[in-house]
Amino acid sequence: MYKIAVIGDRDSVLGFKALGVSTHFAYDAERANTLIKRMAREKFAVIFITEELAEMCIETIDRYKARTIPAIIPIPSNQGSTGIGMKLLNANVEKAVGINILHNDDEGGS
Amino acid sequence: MAILNVNPTRMELSNLKKRYKTATRGHKLLKDKRDEMMRQFVAFVKENKKLRENVEKELTKAMKEFLMARAGLSQESLESAVLMPGRQVSLKVSKQNVMSVDVPVFDLQISEGNIYPYGLLETTAELDESVLMLSNAFTNMMALAQKEKACNMLADEIEKTRRRVNALEYVMIPDLEDTIKFIKMKLDENDRASRTRLMKVKDMMAQRQ
Repeated sequence: MYKIAVIGDRDSVLGFKALGVSTHFAYDAERANTLIKRMAREKFAVIFITEELAEMCIETIDRYKARTIPAIIPIPSNQGSTGIGMKLLNANVEKAVGINILHNDDEGGS
Repeated sequence: MAILNVNPTRMELSNLKKRYKTATRGHKLLKDKRDEMMRQFVAFVKENKKLRENVEKELTKAMKEFLMARAGLSQESLESAVLMPGRQVSLKVSKQNVMSVDVPVFDLQISEGNIYPYGLLETTAELDESVLMLSNAFTNMMALAQKEKACNMLADEIEKTRRRVNALEYVMIPDLEDTIKFIKMKLDENDRASRTRLMKVKDMMAQRQ
């Protein structure tokens, strides 16, 4: 059985605790990095991380990108979305296709 | 174009021809793989984008609600309220093969139990509301996690495949072609040289007699 974790600041993450997800508090890049590395070893299949923290430890996240497990997914914190999740998604498209093909319907849609 | 460092012999020529055949075949296969991956990736990423937009919207709302709930409660009572979750979630992970990439499939398993792990007495209705919203958003979050991981891995694999295709198309295959041509010319040249030598020798022998 695999586990799910949420990493973020206390206020953003506390609510997930009620759902039975393992929650961890982190405020700086160092703590988040060690948490991610530890979880990757310990049967965590999905790690949700607040966008603020995701931005800080982008290298560590990149390292696990090509592995099947864990999936590290940025989520908005209680301060709202910073757009980093979308930015990573677009970076993905650019990496695969060479150009950003989603960009156009992005402008058309909004 | 660069010519490979080989001896211009018939042996090498047949070896190179074999390699050239393999290279062109590999190039065609990889190109097909790349095209199909690209097609799937585009479909995946569009879904991913939609999911992400939804999740971000839902979560932001849920988080705001939770913030309100937190404001109405003391730190201690909030912490104790969520300290012991009423149900346990765990994941079953299986792998799905998408174009030779092992993409994880998450199967969320939620144990039976009340989603409100706390007593009604010391908490507010806002907390109930926010927990409900979070739990609703959570299913979508898992779907997003699965899609996003698949996209990440596909993107990685597409990049690798594209590099291989390009290396074959612009380096390996032209190099092999040039080398094969070079060896052929060299062999022909040797052939002509020995033929003229023979004719010359024949002439000399005819003159001597």
